[in-house]
Amino acid sequence: MNIHEYQAKEIFRKYGVPTPRGGVAFSGPEARRVAEELGGNLWVVKAQIHAGGRGKAGGVKLARSLDEVEKIAEEMLGMKLVTHQTGPEGKIVKKVYVEEGADIKAEYYLGMVLDRALEMPVMMASTEGGMEIEEVAEKSPEKIIKVAIDPTIGFQPFHARKLAFGLGLGKDEQKEFIKFANALYNVYMDNDAELIEINPLIKTGEGKFLALDAKMSFDDNALYRHPDIADMRDLDEEEPTEIEAKKYGLSYIKLDGNVGCMVNGAGLAMATMDIIKHEGGEPANFLDVGGGANPDTVAKGFEIILSDPNVKSIFVNIFGGIVRCDRVANGILEATKKVEVNVPVIVRLDGTNAKEAAEILKNANIKNIIPAKDLKDGAKKAVAAAKGEL
Amino acid sequence: MSILVNKDTKVIVQGFTGKEGTFHAQQCMDYGTQIVGGVTPNKGGMTHLGKPVFNTVEEAVKATGATVSMIFVPPAFVADAVMEAADAGIELAVIITEGAPVRDMMYAKHYATKKGMKTIGPNCPGIITAEECKIGIMPGNIFKKGNVGLISKSGTLTYEASNQVVKEGLGITTAVGIGGDPIIGLSYKELLPMFEEDDETEAIVMIGEIGGDLEIQAAKLIKEKITKPVIAFIAGQTAPKGKRMGHAGAIVSGSKGTAQEKMEALREAGVYVVESPADIGVTVAKALKERKNK
Ligand SMILES: Nc1ncnc2c1ncn2[C@@H]1O[C@H](COP(=O)(O)OP(=O)(O)OP(=O)(O)O)[C@@H](O)[C@H]1O
Ligand SMILES: [Mg+2]
Repeated sequence: MNIHEYQAKEIFRKYGVPTPRGGVAFSGPEARRVAEELGGNLWVVKAQIHAGGRGKAGGVKLARSLDEVEKIAEEMLGMKLVTHQTGPEGKIVKKVYVEEGADIKAEYYLGMVLDRALEMPVMMASTEGGMEIEEVAEKSPEKIIKVAIDPTIGFQPFHARKLAFGLGLGKDEQKEFIKFANALYNVYMDNDAELIEINPLIKTGEGKFLALDAKMSFDDNALYRHPDIADMRDLDEEEPTEIEAKKYGLSYIKLDGNVGCMVNGAGLAMATMDIIKHEGGEPANFLDVGGGANPDTVAKGFEIILSDPNVKSIFVNIFGGIVRCDRVANGILEATKKVEVNVPVIVRLDGTNAKEAAEILKNANIKNIIPAKDLKDGAKKAVAAAKGEL
Repeated sequence: MSILVNKDTKVIVQGFTGKEGTFHAQQCMDYGTQIVGGVTPNKGGMTHLGKPVFNTVEEAVKATGATVSMIFVPPAFVADAVMEAADAGIELAVIITEGAPVRDMMYAKHYATKKGMKTIGPNCPGIITAEECKIGIMPGNIFKKGNVGLISKSGTLTYEASNQVVKEGLGITTAVGIGGDPIIGLSYKELLPMFEEDDETEAIVMIGEIGGDLEIQAAKLIKEKITKPVIAFIAGQTAPKGKRMGHAGAIVSGSKGTAQEKMEALREAGVYVVESPADIGVTVAKALKERKNK
């Protein structure tokens, strides 16, 4: 689960990771009030969306007067922000964060993430902080210093020193940095974070370190033990159909094609999309009905797939293991009674009780339901049906 | 021969008396697996499915001589169960449970490694040696005996692959579902050499997915050490570039984890990479024929 910058900074403050002062606002006048309370004469208005790259896309702006804060906030709110991390459809800005403008002397990058190969978290730092960090990683990886932290010993000063020397920090700065990095490690571990990224981490004119940006995401499996973080979930940042699907234990992702897919298991679901493309079609969605394919979930699956007007055919691809195919077949029949299915449905059921399932579908004799004998046959038929060639 | 488990393997079930544990333990026993008992705290002394229940793994191991544990406990208790198994001297823990927190698995895996216990999973279908021993939730009837080893990140795609292999008149030695969580137990890099060593296995099917770089590491290993033909499919060639936050994921592994990148690396290593998931079986048959003709 992702959270907003302003929420991540709240967590940072709790752990003693220094950040500029700031507040969230939903309107121009509210932004002005926040700025007034902060005081000073330089503010930054930042669009709050679950994606990076805001700076380059016009989602981070400096303001030198309260009028300017209000004006910028007004312009930003409701605006569609397209960054390299939002996808081409972009994201609508629904809130802004107003914070005090910082006196930037140097910009660094500091991040933490799990290294799957090492099976431990790594902290990464670079002097090349700012908005081009991915390019740095690709073109000059030696400029990124990584330390892996064995969780059984935890974060030690030597870890921080390695990073500090790598960043070329002087003796006085090191002390500050070690404190900062140690606090960040605690944020990561205590909260079951998946990712923390501070880009940029800055050194101010006074030689203090400040987190100017904060991106955090969390392990969904661990949210049950962090109700305060679970509460930070922003449904505005998620697709409504995906949220609806989740309620029924389905995972759904909408795509641009016209062949709908309903599959059990994420791997087979991806493979089904792959084979549709391979046979010359375009998948309309990813849909994993999970282990519990029953009439209700299948009906819901049809409903969600058909809510996309582009869909011209549906490929149901179920490999029955513990889920018995005959039950899925009955599920499909019942589902077609609940939801009006007006496009061809190509059904491939294999595995446990596949024969009985084929029998059930055949006897039901519903005109829109077309059986397929295997994966390839099903994909071919679904693609042909979408083109009106079946 | 086969790898890791066979008809003589003695297995206990952690979370034996729960709904899932009960159902699948019964299925495994019906398949022929030697389930010798189970562990459910505070239910020690009971008999369940005709087998003894113990309060601790240690007691179960002492009484039954089990070397493998199949774990079905709820996600919040998985790490504890894995560590208890490691502490009791279990040699292999097969973790079926889905939804275990990553941080928990990180600690559990470190401890297991320290104790010399292998793990499979979590969030996986388990392991099966065809017609001998099934430890997991896969439908046993799909796995006919043969000479093909199978390693897969995905559950249902494992069944699909095995089914295709069997339709070609071939069969499976051992199939291992390694799971696709961020922290997993045995992976390609440990399992490929085991299949290479196994006399009965003549070809290896490897099913991967987008994300991470395990398949890239596997490609390196195959190039250096594996002489048997490897047939690979990577799911997610058409997956949309995910919306994402931040840059750290891409920076840490140095790879973007795309299917294309993985397929390329595997092809480079001499692997038969199939583009369509429907071609796994026929490609295995082709690879075996080519090997024989050599
Ligand atoms: N409080 C602040 N004071 C001064 N400058 C700031 C402040 N916050 C942000 N900036 C400037 O704006 C730039 C972009 O802001 P920020 O890093 O928060 O967003 P982003 O563009 O989404 O980040 P990324 O490129 O890492 O995805 C920063 O690199 C920094 O130079
Ligand atoms: Mg930034």
